[in-house]
Amino acid sequence: MSNITRAYYLPQRQRNLLNKVLITGIGLFILLIFLAPLGYMVTTGIKSDSQISDPDAPKFWPHSPATFEYEGAALPLYQVPLPDGTERELAALKKTRAMTQFIDPANPGAAPIEWEGNWRQLEPAYEADPQWDNFMTAWEELNFPRLFRNSLIIAGIGTFGAVTSSLFVAYGFSRFDFRGKNVLFLVLIGTIILPVQATLIPTYILYARIGWTNTFLPLIVPHFFANAYNVFLLRQYFMQIPREMDEAAEIDGASPLQTLFRVILPQSIPALTAVCLFHFFFAWNDFFTPLVYLVSRPELWPLSVGLQRFNALYGQQPNLIQAGALITLVLPVVVFFLAQQIFMQGVVFTGVEK
Amino acid sequence: MFPNTALTLSGLILQFELDDVDSTNAYGECYRAVPVFLESEVVMAAANREAKPQRKRANLSPLTRRRERWAYFFISPWIIGFLAFTLIPILATLAFSFTDYNPVVPEETTFIGLRNYGTLLTDSKVGTSLMVTVRYAILAIPVTFAFGLGLALLVNNKHLLGKSGFRTLFYMPSMIPVVAGALIWAGVMNTQTGWVNLGLGLVGIKGPDWLNSTRWIYPALVLIGLWGIGNLMLTLLAGLQGVPNELYEAAEIDGANQAQQFWYITMPMISPVIFYNLTLMLIGAFKYFDLAYVLKNGTGGPVDATLFYNLNLFKNAFNYNLMGYGSALAWVLLVIVLVLTILLFSSSNRWVYYAGEGKK
Repeated sequence: MSNITRAYYLPQRQRNLLNKVLITGIGLFILLIFLAPLGYMVTTGIKSDSQISDPDAPKFWPHSPATFEYEGAALPLYQVPLPDGTERELAALKKTRAMTQFIDPANPGAAPIEWEGNWRQLEPAYEADPQWDNFMTAWEELNFPRLFRNSLIIAGIGTFGAVTSSLFVAYGFSRFDFRGKNVLFLVLIGTIILPVQATLIPTYILYARIGWTNTFLPLIVPHFFANAYNVFLLRQYFMQIPREMDEAAEIDGASPLQTLFRVILPQSIPALTAVCLFHFFFAWNDFFTPLVYLVSRPELWPLSVGLQRFNALYGQQPNLIQAGALITLVLPVVVFFLAQQIFMQGVVFTGVEK
Repeated sequence: MFPNTALTLSGLILQFELDDVDSTNAYGECYRAVPVFLESEVVMAAANREAKPQRKRANLSPLTRRRERWAYFFISPWIIGFLAFTLIPILATLAFSFTDYNPVVPEETTFIGLRNYGTLLTDSKVGTSLMVTVRYAILAIPVTFAFGLGLALLVNNKHLLGKSGFRTLFYMPSMIPVVAGALIWAGVMNTQTGWVNLGLGLVGIKGPDWLNSTRWIYPALVLIGLWGIGNLMLTLLAGLQGVPNELYEAAEIDGANQAQQFWYITMPMISPVIFYNLTLMLIGAFKYFDLAYVLKNGTGGPVDATLFYNLNLFKNAFNYNLMGYGSALAWVLLVIVLVLTILLFSSSNRWVYYAGEGKK
């Protein structure tokens, strides 16, 4: 009886192992498909125009028709089936319709091999030939240093403003009682659903009047007035900090401002870091606002608009587009991987159960 | 006013969520998700406080008054910003919508009453753009949600090795700038050299011309949008991890199978997160712009198939300089978004379950 049971049910440990292999395998499969476009980006980014359009070339890694240097000339290599049934890569020295003379790259000193048949029917040999220079070309054609600088200014100053102002507002909402607090907080959270277009046109007209269009100001100044996401996140974090510490500081004569900077701020570094990162990359990736305000001033374009315009103009050069996309996404992705550590070390924060 | 609105609106809330600490992974550490998450306790507590009779201003002690002044000082950046960049512009949008304002000839602006709204009703582009938006939303929301929930269940599965690595990598494309992502996908969906159609070719299917077909452009946009699934996955994951284990243990004793547990325990318990994401996705469809603009260079093609509501608005206001008309379109958008939000919130007490609410 027990033997039958054993045949039907694998031991617990083996069943667990099977489950692990199965689930992890499914996960890897989905992940592979999910991230495959990155593979396309890299391999296309390092191809030349002719490598992309060559129908016979291997599709994945960039390959060029192979050649062999012989007496100062680059001879094309072909896969040549020989009478003895083997196939070898030989360099075509002299091509006619009925007969071709080949040089054996392994033994170039020997007499040419004569091969009967139409050389056009032979398969050309390919060799891996990635075009790493594409990154330099894209870097220069897109004027990446300028795009980087603009993105850095917009996102950097904007983040400073957003985090500083949100710090104050979150402190106000988390540590003080005042009339209208609940209504104001609901209005603040309610702004999350507002479409930016609802305020766009009058703001644009105003900025045009005061000469702010075609400057960084419309992309930076509004962020100095706090926003719902940042305030909420910081407020949640502050509410976890015991009030006894504020009270102790206040008994020692600290003003609320001093309490904020001496008690709250030092304990909120993880949350502030997170808010900084969120806001920085929100601004870094933003496309719509710079499109509206900077479109006619190429020297002020950030990465997002620069890359889009480049594509609109040079859409026929997929290799440079993909190389440009790669350069554009490197910083956010690398910082994301690094920032994980910051979260892992610092952010111990649960607010679900209170 | 809907009774539950105040409570559920508080659900639109950001929150850090600590990962399950005991799961070690490839890096030997645990990954802390930073999702947007629903939470109702905070404002519920606030609402309770509000129910207390308010003291009169005259009775406030000097200390309380001083603290109140400090409070207004601290929140003043947001108050000023809200007035200057939100409230006044929204009202100004309404005012502009009754004019024929054109930035090229601002001095010729005249008050034209409701004529912009009349134009809007007969403008076939408006109808087209609404249809485009709705078609996209109908396809995108269920597919995106199903995939997000699937990923959340996968990266929460106790049998998955290297969980935190998977979470990180599935989240990672959300960090890719939308312009770069769009261009990568435009290449991947290219009919000649794109990997999607090469892959389909391997299994004998002739892939469509994704980006130039009025029918296939929608699945294409949805597929591309899946790269931004990180937040959905992490919020759902936080929701899954917030379900108390005792519930599953109790259900198991009662003989519930996996499917029943999922349907009768998991889904109700994570319904606040589902509700939150559903709201954001629905509103997001009406805010949709970047991908459509980058993929088709703002043309709205093929044949207006990507003329999303916002793209139409943008073209009117900034390409044709019809800013009065654009303002009318913006106000209609605002009303649509508000109505959708109110509808969702008013339906929420029928299907969203907030733990703890029943105790009162």
